[in-house]
Amino acid sequence: MSFWSMGGYAAYIWPAYAVSAVGLIGALVWTLSAYAAAKKRVKDLEGGK
Amino acid sequence: MQFLFRYANPGQFMRLSSVLLPFTAIAAALLLALGLFLGFTVPPDYQQGMTVTIMFIHVPAAIVAEGCYGLIAVLSLMALVWRHPLSDVMARAAAPLGALFTALGLITGSLWGRPMWGTYWVWDARLTSFLLLLFLYLGYLALWNAIEDETKAARAAAILALIGAVNLPIIVYSVEWWNTLHQGESIVSGKLAPVFLWPLLTMMAAYGFLFLTLWMIRVRTEIISRRAHSLMLSGALMPRGGL
Repeated sequence: MSFWSMGGYAAYIWPAYAVSAVGLIGALVWTLSAYAAAKKRVKDLEGGK
Repeated sequence: MQFLFRYANPGQFMRLSSVLLPFTAIAAALLLALGLFLGFTVPPDYQQGMTVTIMFIHVPAAIVAEGCYGLIAVLSLMALVWRHPLSDVMARAAAPLGALFTALGLITGSLWGRPMWGTYWVWDARLTSFLLLLFLYLGYLALWNAIEDETKAARAAAILALIGAVNLPIIVYSVEWWNTLHQGESIVSGKLAPVFLWPLLTMMAAYGFLFLTLWMIRVRTEIISRRAHSLMLSGALMPRGGL
């Protein structure tokens, strides 16, 4: 049995993992970019005082 | 309660979270790698075949989604009753993550349901109550964004979160109270074979640590954003040319 065919259920298993990966990686990127932007904003405001 | 109030102020939270974050992030990454390895090396289930591997991402997402709503409900209660200063911030930071994990639980469950039940969706008690959880998250976030006054928004959202908490036991016990197509509980009852149980527990821990990591970063972001907001206000109030 091929690993990629997943016993004939590849059409369901791989999309489930792909959606989860996209969702979790997306959340990580979004969270980190918002955090970096907030830190930069405070730094700019404190620097401009 | 004393412990919670000790870490209630933003400064204490920033210090504590900066210590905890590296550990939760590393734990999430390692457990995720281990869980995926264990999950993809299990033998096919005698009934479900290899679709059993969807369980390793579906169940953790669903449990984190429900746990996150429970957390929001507790934080909302603390905000309403004890005026805990960080509760609103922490609850608001958790909500988008909860909505994401709920959506992942629904999508992966649907993709698991098609080959096993012959349908992507059925209006049984478990699936319907879980869909309601997504709507509760969306409603909670909409309330926060719809009301301009932050204090009023926080109060309205907290009340909604507490009312919506009634749905949590319905989700958990729906498979016992009603005749559902969704299978019953199999982890605590010991019905799940160890060969599937260990990858599942590993992935549940991974998702839990990932949620904690993302949540702490989001709370930190919110605290920093509020600092930026107050800096802007103090700058705007300052007379032209300085004091």
